[in-house]
Amino acid sequence: MKKSKNNLKEPFVRIVKRDNIKVQQVILIYVLAIICGLLLSSLISVMFSQKGLDDFFKSLFTGALGSERKIWLLLQDTALLLGTSMALLPAFKMKFWNLGGNGQILVGCLAAIACMFYLGGKVDDSIIILLMLIASIAAGAIWAVIPAIFRAKFNTNESLFTLMMNYIAQGLVSLCITIWVKSGSGVLVPIPYGNIPDIGNKYLLPIILFIVITILMHIYLRSSKHGYEISVVGESINTAKYVGIKVDKVIIRTMILSGAIAGLVGFVLAGSVNHTISTASANNMGFTGIMATWLASFNPLIIILTSFFITFISKGMVEVRKTFMFTNDSISNIVVGIVYFAVIICSFFINYKLVFRKKEKEEIKK
Amino acid sequence: MEKTVILQLKNITKKFGTKVIANNNVSLDVYKGEILSILGENGCGKTTLMNMVAGIYYPDSGKILINGEEVIIRSPRDAFDHKIGMIHQHFKLIDIFSAAQNVALGVEGEKFNLKEVNNRIKEMAKKYGFNINLDKKIYEMSVSEKQTVEILKVLYRGADILILDEPTAVLTPQEIRSLFKVLRAMRDDGKSIIIITHKLNEVMEISDRVAVLRKGDHIATVNTSETTEKELTEMMVGEKVDLNINRTEPVDSKLRLSVSGLTVKSPDGYNVVDNVSFEAFGGEILGIAGIAGSGQKELLEAIAGLNNYESGSLIYYHPKKGKPVSFFHKTYKRVMELARENSFMDVNGNDVDFSKLSKKEIKELVSSEKIIFKEDEVIDLKDKSPREIRELGIRLSFVPEDRLGMGLVGNMDIVDNMMLRSYRKGKSMFLDKKRPQDLADKIISDLKVNTPDSHTAVRKLSGGNVQKVLVGREIAAAPAILMTAYPVRGLDINSSYTIYGLLNEQKQKGVSVIFVGEDLDVLMALSDRILVLSGGKVSGIVDARTTTKDEIGLLMAQSNKNEVTE
Repeated sequence: MKKSKNNLKEPFVRIVKRDNIKVQQVILIYVLAIICGLLLSSLISVMFSQKGLDDFFKSLFTGALGSERKIWLLLQDTALLLGTSMALLPAFKMKFWNLGGNGQILVGCLAAIACMFYLGGKVDDSIIILLMLIASIAAGAIWAVIPAIFRAKFNTNESLFTLMMNYIAQGLVSLCITIWVKSGSGVLVPIPYGNIPDIGNKYLLPIILFIVITILMHIYLRSSKHGYEISVVGESINTAKYVGIKVDKVIIRTMILSGAIAGLVGFVLAGSVNHTISTASANNMGFTGIMATWLASFNPLIIILTSFFITFISKGMVEVRKTFMFTNDSISNIVVGIVYFAVIICSFFINYKLVFRKKEKEEIKK
Repeated sequence: MEKTVILQLKNITKKFGTKVIANNNVSLDVYKGEILSILGENGCGKTTLMNMVAGIYYPDSGKILINGEEVIIRSPRDAFDHKIGMIHQHFKLIDIFSAAQNVALGVEGEKFNLKEVNNRIKEMAKKYGFNINLDKKIYEMSVSEKQTVEILKVLYRGADILILDEPTAVLTPQEIRSLFKVLRAMRDDGKSIIIITHKLNEVMEISDRVAVLRKGDHIATVNTSETTEKELTEMMVGEKVDLNINRTEPVDSKLRLSVSGLTVKSPDGYNVVDNVSFEAFGGEILGIAGIAGSGQKELLEAIAGLNNYESGSLIYYHPKKGKPVSFFHKTYKRVMELARENSFMDVNGNDVDFSKLSKKEIKELVSSEKIIFKEDEVIDLKDKSPREIRELGIRLSFVPEDRLGMGLVGNMDIVDNMMLRSYRKGKSMFLDKKRPQDLADKIISDLKVNTPDSHTAVRKLSGGNVQKVLVGREIAAAPAILMTAYPVRGLDINSSYTIYGLLNEQKQKGVSVIFVGEDLDVLMALSDRILVLSGGKVSGIVDARTTTKDEIGLLMAQSNKNEVTE
């Protein structure tokens, strides 16, 4: 029998599950995590440059909120990310891991640009915009429904399938650009037709649009029969079968919705933001949207906050990169990664707490 | 025998979170060479307490002493160092390894020599009277053989204190008897055996002493010879309980379900349900007995429309006798189809022949409810999905074995779970939450569901309350057939008796109740007839009032042997 002295000590730290945690505590943990993450990343940035900590935070905030235009851009990008998250949300609620947001946005965008390119100047702008809208939504939906059908009928892995569809979409965009751009520069000049008209300013419409979609999605998931079916399928396929829900149908229907909203994001990108397209047009939102959705634990209203936070950090870091004169974006990527990481880790502390071994003194007191 | 204390627990407390106190200041002595039962209802902390001895959990406070010396057990490995071994309820064996390989797996400090291992195990097996083929792979084994391997595994590591968590839950009466023989042999050899259980008759039969736990507290430890089942129950529950199940004679039985030649194939291609035929009548409880995995689950799921079955027929007799034919679920076409299999009469009791009537006349007669079923409506359930079954107005309720994985959605609240069956009603695209809310409130108050409110996720409720929610919902659909699979598994005594009461109530209402159970005493006390399944086949249907446990036990094990030799 082993009998070292060490053997007679209780474990140094134990993990204990929390059963109920107050909302204030949750918020506090998140705020602390964000602060920790930012501090840690600022230290790393400072380590690699001659600037100080204050410069880091100053440029972070000026980058995101430095001018009126910057604020509008921040809001617009938040809205786009919010839209993307709304596309992913119903699929995720169903535990259908749609990693193809990028591709779905991209084909939506491509469909809209195609309308602008071929019809621009030939028919009235309002007709072009209407066609763009229909084409984008249809393209996104088709891109999303293909993996859904395969999953429903042949039980293929949806993560891999949707992911691969991204690359096909990118290839398709490259192909179209090569055909459309005769100069060979590979850059499509912004198309002056089919641009969505401004209301007040050019940023407002997408913002309003995606906030409305968020509210509608909230109602859809919470109060509609479809939303209920999505939850049941997501929680347990067996229960769904037991109550007679047609699982295949729900998967396909939900993915059409998911793709359609992604397509709509593509439509806004084409008609209101870029007026052109490149393989990077989706701005990787298909993946950052996953972050926004998960961080908000699938709550559409909280996604508004997480989208804002993610956009804020990435915008701010662009400015930090400029002031700190980082020549490539590796360091800013590391920094952003650390902040996300801190926020993700803190969900552990929301569910569990650590109990350390009591000090000897305390035990003597007892 | 002179009594030496081998294991002592002193003031052990374990909490989960802040609210759940699994063990509160428990002190307990275990002697060398005794069989001690830890008795208590589900959720009283028996397993938690033993998990702390076996190194799975670490106590929040309190001490564990072995041979009078304080020890710290931080992992199962520490426990083995102190010669403590636990056999868990869910076996932890590697399927594709043989018995001997599993026993030798993970033993440190010796060279792996299968021959040597074999010899040592054989010696042990002989000593204690185990019966086992060491070269057999785990996946070919019955539950009882797997359990034997688990026990050997622990013994091989030199355990002197053996903890068995609910060892009899999955065994037939005959297997239980041979397990007990082995346990007695080990006790006589000086080993200390701790059995975690909630079955009183077994406690009385096997143990020398009984420690009773209730809601985390250690109530008392008594010598088995000086107590009675009744006394133990009162200690367990904390109040007087009436342990009699009131069984009434079936009245006015009508055929509700006729199953013939039903065969269901498993995904692997063998017959999990093999040519099963039986009839179920209204106003009776048909018990289904069998070793776990004998096809009970698949049989019920096939009837409920969840499994596609290979062959056979399922005929449901819809209680329509004397009720008018209506267009409620059916079109004119459907009524004409009905006419092929059913006979109708008019309000005066005269036969009606549809072939003599025009389409218009039929429509008029049906809509004015002047055409009446002469007998119960016959419905073939073949290839009908759960949804179609419901849409045909078939009142078939099903309480599945997997409550949170099939019958309910764990993360949804009680109200949302109430809607599972009925949310589709109505044309609106939005959910009607009013009616499920009312139903949830009714079930909570009628069945005394212990929950903070109707918006608590069912996953957070205790087993008994989860089951009340599920059974309550299924009964609320006013079933003609009520199928229940292991409805009291994991439930405390009071909840179990609530469920028995509900089933009896349904029986008296003329419902045909099908009850798949594992506790033979309960099956024999509650059912009118008992169907015994063995290896997917019906090995017998017996009268529950006259049969014996031995008879059922033999039927349970019957064709199982054939299958193994095949």
